[in-house]
Amino acid sequence: MALTETAALPAVPAARRARLNAFSSVGLGAAGLLAFLLIWQAVPSLGLVNPMMLPGPLAIPAAFQSELASGMWFSAVTGSLSHYTLGLVAGSALGIALGVLTGMSRVAEDLTAWVVRVLRPIPGLAWAPFAIIWFGVTPSAAVFIITISVFWIVFFAAHGAVRAVDRDLLEVAEAFGFRAAHEKLFKIYLPAAMPGILVGLRTALGQAWMAVVAAEIFGVPGLGHRMIEASALLATDIVIVYMLTMAALYGLLDSLFLLLQNWLLRWKA
Amino acid sequence: MESVINIQGLGLTFERDGRRTEVLRGLDLAIPRGAFVAIVGASGVGKSTLLRVLIGLAQASAGKVTLDTHSAQRQPVALVFQDSRLLPWRRVIDNVAFGLEGRGLSRSDRHAKALDALGIVGLAHLARRWPHQLSGGQRQRVALARALAVEPEVLLMDEPFSALDAISRESLQDELTRIWQVTGKTILFVTHDIEEATYLADRVVVLAGAPGRTVADHVINTPRPRRRDDDADAAIVADIRRHLGGGKGSALAEAA
Repeated sequence: MALTETAALPAVPAARRARLNAFSSVGLGAAGLLAFLLIWQAVPSLGLVNPMMLPGPLAIPAAFQSELASGMWFSAVTGSLSHYTLGLVAGSALGIALGVLTGMSRVAEDLTAWVVRVLRPIPGLAWAPFAIIWFGVTPSAAVFIITISVFWIVFFAAHGAVRAVDRDLLEVAEAFGFRAAHEKLFKIYLPAAMPGILVGLRTALGQAWMAVVAAEIFGVPGLGHRMIEASALLATDIVIVYMLTMAALYGLLDSLFLLLQNWLLRWKA
Repeated sequence: MESVINIQGLGLTFERDGRRTEVLRGLDLAIPRGAFVAIVGASGVGKSTLLRVLIGLAQASAGKVTLDTHSAQRQPVALVFQDSRLLPWRRVIDNVAFGLEGRGLSRSDRHAKALDALGIVGLAHLARRWPHQLSGGQRQRVALARALAVEPEVLLMDEPFSALDAISRESLQDELTRIWQVTGKTILFVTHDIEEATYLADRVVVLAGAPGRTVADHVINTPRPRRRDDDADAAIVADIRRHLGGGKGSALAEAA
């Protein structure tokens, strides 16, 4: 059996084989998803679980339509996206700035080392009490919590990436007369650290999404808040609508980020 | 003849983890304008360190280095490293234009100058490539173009061809000779390869000892254009060998 397979391999060109593999993996993925939906639908349909506890997938489109029609879906999505974007931008900007600074300067690193050790283990959500005391149950409170969650991820990614910058390339800058910190920053450190920073940003993209939902559960209007409202009314189909909305939005944003990342790193082999 | 580089009593001591290493001591060297001088020596004798002092990457601990350059240029010397050290995130043209930044030139002026320099090394057609798409020889040509682009009076080269295969190395050696003849730049070329030194340079300075100092200084009179099968003055080669390997053979063997 193995013998005949080996003998047959050269007849199929590598490119075609790769296409076949890609085709079969898409097919398997689709089959798996279908099986998942069938089992999911079977559980309430066969009476294994009360449909109130777990609505089947067939119940979702109608729930989605009613949320769309009432305008709730749109306002929840725009609310969440605005917290998400603001928190992501603020957390990333702060994280990159401080990460690069502590990566470039030994003094800055030593100065912050113990503060970082104290603050870092505190989860972003543990700031919720202060977020609410300082900002009330407002979008600012959600942005604050998201910013903190994003900050640490991006800070450590940027710090590590800057610390790992090839000394040889810094010497090139010096040999050509670029000795000032800002010259090295823009000519060497930032572009050389970009791959590592982007990895951190991509992780933050997912982390920020979790923080959005968690922050909104405290009552700031958005997807998380709407989910909690629906669950209080036992409208479990609506809860699922928002769960899937989060998955779809995250998938969309992650794909867009991947496109940007590939373009920014087009110089890599 | 006037000297473009004048080194008097140069000494350099590194200090690391409380241990002092004296790399160079009492080094005297005068490089005439337009000369092609090779510096040979075994690994660790301080020949790279000498170039690093001249480019400002290392500080001398003793002695005096005078660069008598004509213009008040920002960059009177340029260095070609052993490994090309191209910036991987910049296209070839932007790597070559690197040293021209911060001089008040427009981007198109910088690119025009960079393209000229790429033309000198015969790679103008690869201007839009990324460094990872180049061969080792091409990368080193781009590094040479990057140094030429800043129009330095003195070109410092730190074993620039030692990492290349024999064919690329020979073609780059010939190209460098041509560039030197066309541009009239002063070249200070560090190598541990005696054949390379006597083939390229019109003067070979031998560094040896720990700490390193000059132990021999030979003029190579072989007329140009030179051929690879020309025997450089056998007595000179033998003397260099004697200083380097103590009879054990070439400095290459010692460096390996």
